[in-house]
Amino acid sequence: MASAEEVAKAAERRDIRDRWLLSAPALLIIFLAATGPLLIVLVYSLLTPGPYGDVKWQFSPEAWISVFMERDIFDDTLSVAAAHVTIFWRSIKLAIVTTLATLALGFPTAYFMATRSEKTRDLWLFLITIPFWTNLLIRTFAVLQIIRNEGLINTVLLKLGIISAPIQILFTDTAILIGMAYVYLPLMVLPIYASMEKLDFRLVEAGYDLYATRFQVLRRIIFPLVKPGVIAGSILVFIPALGAYVTPILLGGGKTMMLSNLIEMQFGQGRNWPLGSALSIAVMIIVMVALLAYVRNAGRSEMRHG
Amino acid sequence: MARSFAIKHQPGFTAIAATCFVVLYLPIVILVVYAFNAATSTSEWGGFSLKWFQSAWQNTQVIDATLRSFQIGAIAATLATIAATMAALATTRTAAYPGLTFKYAAINQPLMVPEIVTGVALLIFFSRIKIFTGYSGLGYLIAAHTAFCIPFAYLPIRARLENMDLTLERAAADLYATPWRTFRRITLPLLWPGILAGLMLAFVISLDDVVITEFVKSGGQDTLPTYMLGQIRRGITPEINAISTVFLLLSVAIVTLFFFISRKRD
Amino acid sequence: MPDQPGKSAIEVRGVRKVFGTGDAQVAALDTVSVSIRENEFFTLLGPSGCGKTTLLRLIAGFDFPSEGEILLHGHDIAPLPPFKRPVNTVFQSYALFPHMTVAENIGFGLEMLGKPKTEIKARVAEMLKLVKMEALSARRTSQISGGQQQRVALARALAPQPKVLLLDEPLSALDYKLRKEMQIELKRLQHQTGITFIFVTHDQEEALTMSDRIAVMSAGKILQVGTPWDIYDRPAERFVADFIGETNFLTAAITGIGNGKARATLKSGVTIDATVAEGFQPKANATLVVRPEHAKLTGGKGDLSGTVENIVYFGTDTHIHVQLDSGEAFTVRQQNTRSAGCGFERGDKVGVSIGNDAAQVLRD
Repeated sequence: MASAEEVAKAAERRDIRDRWLLSAPALLIIFLAATGPLLIVLVYSLLTPGPYGDVKWQFSPEAWISVFMERDIFDDTLSVAAAHVTIFWRSIKLAIVTTLATLALGFPTAYFMATRSEKTRDLWLFLITIPFWTNLLIRTFAVLQIIRNEGLINTVLLKLGIISAPIQILFTDTAILIGMAYVYLPLMVLPIYASMEKLDFRLVEAGYDLYATRFQVLRRIIFPLVKPGVIAGSILVFIPALGAYVTPILLGGGKTMMLSNLIEMQFGQGRNWPLGSALSIAVMIIVMVALLAYVRNAGRSEMRHG
Repeated sequence: MARSFAIKHQPGFTAIAATCFVVLYLPIVILVVYAFNAATSTSEWGGFSLKWFQSAWQNTQVIDATLRSFQIGAIAATLATIAATMAALATTRTAAYPGLTFKYAAINQPLMVPEIVTGVALLIFFSRIKIFTGYSGLGYLIAAHTAFCIPFAYLPIRARLENMDLTLERAAADLYATPWRTFRRITLPLLWPGILAGLMLAFVISLDDVVITEFVKSGGQDTLPTYMLGQIRRGITPEINAISTVFLLLSVAIVTLFFFISRKRD
Repeated sequence: MPDQPGKSAIEVRGVRKVFGTGDAQVAALDTVSVSIRENEFFTLLGPSGCGKTTLLRLIAGFDFPSEGEILLHGHDIAPLPPFKRPVNTVFQSYALFPHMTVAENIGFGLEMLGKPKTEIKARVAEMLKLVKMEALSARRTSQISGGQQQRVALARALAPQPKVLLLDEPLSALDYKLRKEMQIELKRLQHQTGITFIFVTHDQEEALTMSDRIAVMSAGKILQVGTPWDIYDRPAERFVADFIGETNFLTAAITGIGNGKARATLKSGVTIDATVAEGFQPKANATLVVRPEHAKLTGGKGDLSGTVENIVYFGTDTHIHVQLDSGEAFTVRQQNTRSAGCGFERGDKVGVSIGNDAAQVLRD
């Protein structure tokens, strides 16, 4: 008979092997239908566009150059591609502003929810979960109906005589911003609420006991303790906002392009798959930078809280 | 008499929260109200009517797209939940082992990439396979949906597992249950609420998807969201409101169910 | 009977358990050997982290030893998984299956052993009666009280008639009164079933009142195995004496040894007789222990002399802390009576007389 130690070692090896077998289906599916194709995108970004879409298997750095540069058709000189830079800047800016707007609205909302009594807290959580689970397209459509020229806002303002002609909100950056803030707000509230729910309010009492004002308690005690939730919420909002597709189409009306529309164009009329691929990778790099900042930040705050 | 000091009060927070809740629900309410509008235009109220529900019901494209959405959602959610349950069992309640961090990263990868990028990647990859195999059925959409549903299904299952007391399984082993019987009799029954929650979350996420579906679908493979997106871009009729209203109702029903399952402790 | 060596139910031979690898290696058990007899109520006693629970888990099969053997009636069970060992455990948290009824919980082990349904039913009924839970058999385990859960956990572990029952601090979650009740109940069950109980606790009082024999553990080692009386009155090491009850330590010069007795000269110059711990290696100076209730305070001269530092009233008795002239501290416990105080005051010059056969020389 094998000794206990051998048996233990064998059991451990078997356990790790079983754990790999168990995770294999999930890893395989994700590799085949998510991660793997991303690597192909990377390859495609280094190829030459085919005449009717797709690619020719010929190396070319042209796609990457075209991400920010433009080649003059006549003399081949490079200049900054103002259109692309504008679109990149607008997308990043809108994603950041959306994140900040949802934070400004979501933080107090999460705080409000977390400070309700145990029983009613579930109800508030339920109320924030419903929009979270509701189709994003439908919610964007709902916003569209509110902000268009014949929508609720303009109708009310006209009736009240505050304005004499409808304000054009739809098909502007503001519309995209409103739409994104609206659809992504629950994504900000939920993680902050999750952190806030665990907050020990005796710490707040201790803060007041040590002469802190309401604002100081908020800034020095509450905010640092729920920071992991704030960071998680920000990431959850920033990533989809940066790549938002539906909102710019419906609310921007194709007039103001965002990164997703630019990328889609390369696979449609643009017929420049390598450029579309290079742009996609560029978006991923931006996301990765944001995630890295998140990981470093989260790591640091974890260390501080032991 | 002095009012007692409210520890939890922060000036303005309640007002902001109230505004948020009103703002979150107001557009949805308006959308639902206009689904019952008799007028053809969505900008005026023409009296109460169910005719847009009727017209949606008779629209074969809507019915087709709905059935396709359900079909994809049901298959993808089931596959994703099975894979996610196995993955959750493999990645929880263990000392760190080589590859564990890799697994976390791999499982959550679909969450970390904007949908547009995944959509583009799948468009490229699947178009190659379509040429290679000649197959252009729903399989591609199901595979794509399964992949991005896995991290969502994984979430509640993993949470449930991590809160589960390992001593219960030890107790079963102590009482002569083999590992498989321990799994069947103890682990699985206790994990069940988490698995159900994961299944529902995955189903809703699949049902909601627009972007990836838009890029992956072949001709004639519209799901309800991509069909609606196409219709809205062409112009709004209250029929879209009617479809949305039904869709909303379904979502609310699933959330309610999910909420009660995941809140229930043991 | 427990005092006579019987057949051993469990024999632990040279067991080491190491956790971690490389520099981070920690030995939770450092070459432990102990023999537990049949029908014995055996207690593993020690502070948290001493390795008592690790030893229990090795016997149950939740962990495997890094070295050594664990024999159950002569067969090495150390390599067997828990579900192949005729040993059952009562868990500290009870670990009752929340999705099953009380009866289903109790019948689980028999079911897994593939016993026929009629037999399971009869045995469950018997167990329910044994722990006085007949009325609640159909309840969910979440619908019964902590004390009742404790009983169900016991019944569940006893139902398959294990050769050895392991109890991992099973009373720690109960309040004081219930704990006292369950202590008696456990003794009764052990007596009735005749099963060997291995009981883990950090509570010295619980260990003393319940056990046939006790193994005192510290830092992964068994320091002493013996009857409660042995452990309390004949401690072998400083840790044992200190961990169980209160004790006075005195340094003494050993002037003669023979017949299990030593002549020890205290710092005050007085020489007394003392028993000698097993394994004592003759040396010039040794530590002597005297329990506070085995010494008396006198107004005049005693074996030791000093000054009363503090007097603490405990209801049944009074503790008088004395600063000895030799610089050592000494506590005397004095039984209280209703009529009089303790008879001493702070600052009093007192003598301490040590009773006959009250001192023990430690081996360390």
